[in-house]
Amino acid sequence: MAAPNSAADFPSAALPLLRNVQLRDNVRHATDVIQRKRSRVVGEMPDWEMLRDSAQRIREHTMEYLADYLEQFEQNCTAAGGQVHWARNAEEANRIVIKLAQNATASVIKIKSMTTEEIGLNRALEAAGIQPVETDLAELIVQQSHDRPSHIVVPALHINRHQVRDLFARTMNLTQLTDRAEDLTEAARAYLRQKFLQTPVAISGANFLVAETGGVCIVESEGNGRMCLTLPRTLIAIAGIDKVVPRFRDLEVMLQILPRSATGERMNPYNSIWTGVHPGDGPQEFHIVLLDNRRTEILRDADARETLHCIRCGACQNACPVYLQTGGHAYNSVYAGPIGAILTPQLALMREGQSLPYASSLCGACYEVCPVKINIPEVLIHLRGRIVQQQPQLQRTFGLEAIAMRFAQWLFLSEARLRLAQWIGRMAQKLFIGNSGWIEKLPGMLGGWTRTRDLRPMPPQSFRAWFEKRSESSTVRNQGKYE
Amino acid sequence: MNDAIARTEILARIRSANAKPKTMSAVDDWKALPRQYRQQSTRDLASCISLLEDRLRDYGAGVHRSARGQVSAGIAAILRQRNSRQVLVPAEIDRRWLPQQFAFVTDTDLSHGELDACDGVLTGCSVAIAMTGTLGLCHADGLAPEQRAGRRALTLVPDYHLCVVESSSVVETVPQAFEALEPYKGQPVTFISGPSATADIEMTRIQGVHGPRVLDVLIVD
Amino acid sequence: MRIALFITCYNDTLFPETGIAVVRVLERLGHTVDFPAAQTCCGQMHYNTGYQAEALPLVRRFVEVFREHDVICVPSSSCVAMIREHYAKIAVASGDLRLQADVTTLLPRVYEFTELLVHRLNVDDVGATYPHRVTYHASCHSLRSLHLGDVPLRLLGKVRGIELVPLQKLDQCCGFGGTFAIKNADVSGAMLEDKLHCIENTQAEVCTACDNSCLMHLQGAIHRQRKAVRTEHIAHILASEGGSAEPRKDTV
Repeated sequence: MAAPNSAADFPSAALPLLRNVQLRDNVRHATDVIQRKRSRVVGEMPDWEMLRDSAQRIREHTMEYLADYLEQFEQNCTAAGGQVHWARNAEEANRIVIKLAQNATASVIKIKSMTTEEIGLNRALEAAGIQPVETDLAELIVQQSHDRPSHIVVPALHINRHQVRDLFARTMNLTQLTDRAEDLTEAARAYLRQKFLQTPVAISGANFLVAETGGVCIVESEGNGRMCLTLPRTLIAIAGIDKVVPRFRDLEVMLQILPRSATGERMNPYNSIWTGVHPGDGPQEFHIVLLDNRRTEILRDADARETLHCIRCGACQNACPVYLQTGGHAYNSVYAGPIGAILTPQLALMREGQSLPYASSLCGACYEVCPVKINIPEVLIHLRGRIVQQQPQLQRTFGLEAIAMRFAQWLFLSEARLRLAQWIGRMAQKLFIGNSGWIEKLPGMLGGWTRTRDLRPMPPQSFRAWFEKRSESSTVRNQGKYE
Repeated sequence: MNDAIARTEILARIRSANAKPKTMSAVDDWKALPRQYRQQSTRDLASCISLLEDRLRDYGAGVHRSARGQVSAGIAAILRQRNSRQVLVPAEIDRRWLPQQFAFVTDTDLSHGELDACDGVLTGCSVAIAMTGTLGLCHADGLAPEQRAGRRALTLVPDYHLCVVESSSVVETVPQAFEALEPYKGQPVTFISGPSATADIEMTRIQGVHGPRVLDVLIVD
Repeated sequence: MRIALFITCYNDTLFPETGIAVVRVLERLGHTVDFPAAQTCCGQMHYNTGYQAEALPLVRRFVEVFREHDVICVPSSSCVAMIREHYAKIAVASGDLRLQADVTTLLPRVYEFTELLVHRLNVDDVGATYPHRVTYHASCHSLRSLHLGDVPLRLLGKVRGIELVPLQKLDQCCGFGGTFAIKNADVSGAMLEDKLHCIENTQAEVCTACDNSCLMHLQGAIHRQRKAVRTEHIAHILASEGGSAEPRKDTV
């Protein structure tokens, strides 16, 4: 097992981002706008909490009977003319997709999909000589600038319109392009239209799979999704095994909570539902790849399996005060923000991303907005526990933090020891008190505190000492005065 | 085959993670799921329709009303205003809707290029959701002609969509729409809420990306 | 009523004046305050940092120390949140049925200080006078774990002479988060800057809260940057009687 790198990655990745004023402005603006819209459209739903309760139970129920529902989905999708594939990991999924696309086309059009990001499909396609073309505007921007998405729903929120103009002017050869968002969007429309009409193979993710019908549901805004789902001859969808809902009717819950949480719309512009192959309507060849990629490992952990309930709305990112400061890149992972902080390390079998569960003040804003009520703070704490548990014996015994924690526990298990520690602390702090009378510089781990903050010294008397003294004199007690 | 091995292994792993004995069957447990959210309507039809109008306008769709029997005239007025000449219609459309003075192109397996050459498309609507301003488009055999929207590419490729909504197809809530679509759940369904849009550049909402950039809705009382 | 005070480890050590203020308010209302001397810490720091095994003995100790007390007052919503949200889970994980039963009977007896006043003692006017411009910072735990809602503001609203100014972005974390402030010091510092900015915009003399943990964090930056605003735990304001009777920190 690799040595845990507790709290090393996120803080150091965050540092340059915190200094990037432009990036922070963009992130702040975008999350502000979505948050405001979200709270407006959520506020107009008197039954919002009931929808959340239902959504949570539907997801929980689906996970409990997941194998049955996947088999049901497979059976119904196959009966409707679709072809179902299973992939244990990223490599298998990529191999399946490449095999399907290879002989049919030199390029594929793609709908934004976190799952294909997760498995690194674009890199695999390129290596196999197939050119993937992202068709979501933000994904196109990210792809063309060889950047990484920074948000689940708004992947390019870290790039502003001037930067987009410069990019498109170069990649689309449009020297006269202005930086008005309208013109940039129009440029993308013209650029992609021919690709939609001519490319024979499309690749998508999936928002929901309907076990009852074998249907697939995709939620989007721009119409690029519909283009990809409708025009090519062949459609290949890749979906995590967690994407199933039991019945068609369950979408009535999901399609109410998802758009309001994701983009702050009552309903996003386009939702498509299709089932296998429809003669005379849409692709006549349909494949779906059901991907495990360690989701079954997450399912095994009773205290963390609710991570799989996520419907990728991104509301937790917009609400997160940590994400607000750093944007998505600090997480060094496909999934950023609070959901990324719990999902990423688990998808890596807790061998990577170990600093992520610590990248939270546990403020609970994510849980409050989560439409399927994933208790992210609880899961974060649970994963911190797993990280501590899996520390190599040496670190668990002699690591600075472990020793500090055990020492603190030892103090707290005896009142006498606590009093003694308070006394020693009052003596020792004199070494650190600065000219202002406050502690201005602390050593070691605690130095993080004094980087931007002072600390008021411990007063000469603890509360327990005060209470004790006061109890000795009954008159003082009766008057309720201080000294 | 690799697929089969993967399938067996994944299902086995799920079943082992879910090994705790269940007290109920999946069906019974599903039926017991809480559904306290609003399902039925609390408004009368007239107020549903005005809510629908409001929500459609909020998305930037054009909204028009027409009395029964005046549909064709209503369509003519809108198309004239939009200056649309080559207008597509699904083969099953209610022909009485089509005004004389326009040339309609009936969809008989047209190529995508041919669809792209048309200015606009005129369709019916299977169900409209007032609360969200959503048009549900489906193309199943059981649907009446005025509720049919043609194959999916029809309402996608042209730059303009005029959708006729019969007041009898208007519901208030999302669950009501799913109830209405339940018989057609194996058919392709597209929910449209306003023209296509993006907010990907600096969160500025731009209307009209790849799907029709202009959406008009004609509500028939 | 006899009320047992759980002062919490950090208030005991760093903010004794808060405990004194709590005692003063409760006694002024005619109640008797007990202080079980064996109390130490609820185990939150251990638990939240991932040292759950180390937290268990502290949970046992807490349950033991407060076994006989009917009403337990805690002037820290984050410690109450630890007890309410995690003790039951910790007890279950321990496999100790007796501990589970003990926690079940413990939970309804634990109150955050303002919650105790308003929900248990049914008081919102505690007879305080505090002629200052004050803004209230809602700590995350008071807001999202205890759902205190307007409870603290109802109490503050009855204080004579007080001028309450609403704080922008009330629901946004100040960036403390226990060991988060150390492990992710830079991000925590950036969050703190945002909060400080909102507080300064209120032009309040005093920023108050139900949690000294947040206030210690804010106070740390306020002192470093020599800002004019100061921080006071809500108990301090509720204990104040105006003028010279106002409790002073340096009397401790």
